Amino acid sequence: MNPRRFPFTREISLAVMAYLYVPVVVLIAYSFNANRTATIWTHASVSWYGRILENPSIQAAAWNSLVLAVCAATAATLLALLAALSTRRDFLGRGAAETVLNMPLILPEIVVAVATLLLFVALGVHLGLTAMMAAHTAFCIPFAYLPIRARLDGMSGTYEEAAQDLYASRFRTFRRVTMPMLWPGVMAGFTLAFVTSLDDFLTSFFLSGPGTTTLPVYIFSAIRSGISPEINAISAVMLVVSVLLVALSFFLGRLRR
Amino acid sequence: MTDASVPPAVSIRNVSKSFGKGIYTVPVLDDVSLNIDRREFFTLLGPSGCGKTTLLRLIAGFETANAGTIAIEGQDVTAAPPFHRPVNTVFQSYALFPHLTVEQNVAFALVEQGLAREAIRTRVGEALEMVRMGAFARRRPAELSGGQQQRVALARALAPRPRVLLLDEPLSALDLKLRKEMQLELKQLQAEAGITFLFVTHDQEEALTLSDRVAVMQAGKILQMGPPREIYERPTHRFVADFIGDINLLEGEALPGGGVRLGPGAVVPLTCATPGKVTIAIRPERARLATVGEGTLDATVIHSAYLGTAMLHKLGLPDGSTFLLRQSESSGPPPETGSRVGLTLPGEAIRVLLQ
Repeated sequence: MNPRRFPFTREISLAVMAYLYVPVVVLIAYSFNANRTATIWTHASVSWYGRILENPSIQAAAWNSLVLAVCAATAATLLALLAALSTRRDFLGRGAAETVLNMPLILPEIVVAVATLLLFVALGVHLGLTAMMAAHTAFCIPFAYLPIRARLDGMSGTYEEAAQDLYASRFRTFRRVTMPMLWPGVMAGFTLAFVTSLDDFLTSFFLSGPGTTTLPVYIFSAIRSGISPEINAISAVMLVVSVLLVALSFFLGRLRR
Repeated sequence: MTDASVPPAVSIRNVSKSFGKGIYTVPVLDDVSLNIDRREFFTLLGPSGCGKTTLLRLIAGFETANAGTIAIEGQDVTAAPPFHRPVNTVFQSYALFPHLTVEQNVAFALVEQGLAREAIRTRVGEALEMVRMGAFARRRPAELSGGQQQRVALARALAPRPRVLLLDEPLSALDLKLRKEMQLELKQLQAEAGITFLFVTHDQEEALTLSDRVAVMQAGKILQMGPPREIYERPTHRFVADFIGDINLLEGEALPGGGVRLGPGAVVPLTCATPGKVTIAIRPERARLATVGEGTLDATVIHSAYLGTAMLHKLGLPDGSTFLLRQSESSGPPPETGSRVGLTLPGEAIRVLLQ
């Protein structure tokens, strides 16, 4: 046996994997169950996937989620890019600025969600998609900021000096060198922000108005009237989309060109 | 040589630069002045931290001087940003843009200069041919070896035809064999392109091989400036003598009536401006062996090494210090280890050094 390895490493790893992923595997398996009762297995079928395509409220919720995620992720990525560029050089209060930027990662979401709801009500902001976009943008910023910042930190300032040395003005340098070299980080940040928004329940739940249900909120309300195989199917689709996007962002973040 | 009507390629007047603020201020350049002639291969030589790279970065425009002026071909650029200066830089790390191909890299400045598409293509082709990288035009920098990247960096900096090419230790990342090759190529390129080269290095051999003139820097000051032969044969400062090549440094005392006494009865015929303690320097190949008692000093042979065309003897002097002597093969049989020998220090080969 390899002396550098702890005993039972493999067994423990397998147990942890099972602990993490058995619920998800069961959910996906039952989404292919033909039986109406979600917990009793009869035989395999894809009919529930067909059903979700026909259900108008699911379609509306999915569309809302998508629009919300695209808008929030775009706004968050833009703000994160500006933040990353401006915190590149050392200045008084840089540490504080970074902490504030990353605050949404630490703050309890329920507190922020309730606070946002109270604020919007007090200000008379109409609850719905626009309100959700504003809130989602805020908590998506750190998810977009971190990959961009990592990319920027790994980028030597010499490239920009070289561009300026080769007669490119500051703006031209940004356009021809900084931005293209930063692009994989920006894409990774956008994807992470997108997935975070797509997945969010709490904030959306508090801020959704009539007719602006998102997919997670829809799943939550549907599940209160009993677990249906339909829910399993939507959840499986969301899972696959999220995993694909995160994998894509990871791949983009590691691209070295 | 220097024509008063033609302004020098680079003119630096009383430039000082320090980094940091308040009590953390670190002076890097201290009142530096120099002129670089057109088409000259000029080298800034010194150990790391001597300010040579900072001086280059000031000329490129990446740093701003605290005091003094910088002019390029008579045009004051002290306050100009890098993109308004007619100079290009070859960086130590090459800094080739990884997201662009070789030809896009070389075309970078030409696009900024607003050249027509056809003109850009011609110039890129010429620049790549000049460094023999034409076959690699479509590659990305990551697909090239260090030496190839070096060539592309050169082509990229030469393509816009700068007034002055700044080279920041460009050969330091290459292995010895490749470095020797690139040294020759650099020299050739400079002759072909007819451009002023300002080269920064800590490698004294490289500096002597390549340059028309060398400035030796230490602690933010230029100690000595001149052609390689002059720097090597007539160093003015102890630091310069010690930094370049092998040399023997001897402590002595300048006598009021002329001559420098190195020890009891050992006086070399030299005249110094002021009497007192002095350091003198002599190259190992300029000292000669003599019969015991007939040289300037007597010494003991500690160790001898065969160098092919010469012998290198390590001698022990009466005051306990050691002395290197290079004896050419034609000058008689080598003395045996442990034997006593005389040591002649010809007056014309000795330099009296400033501290």
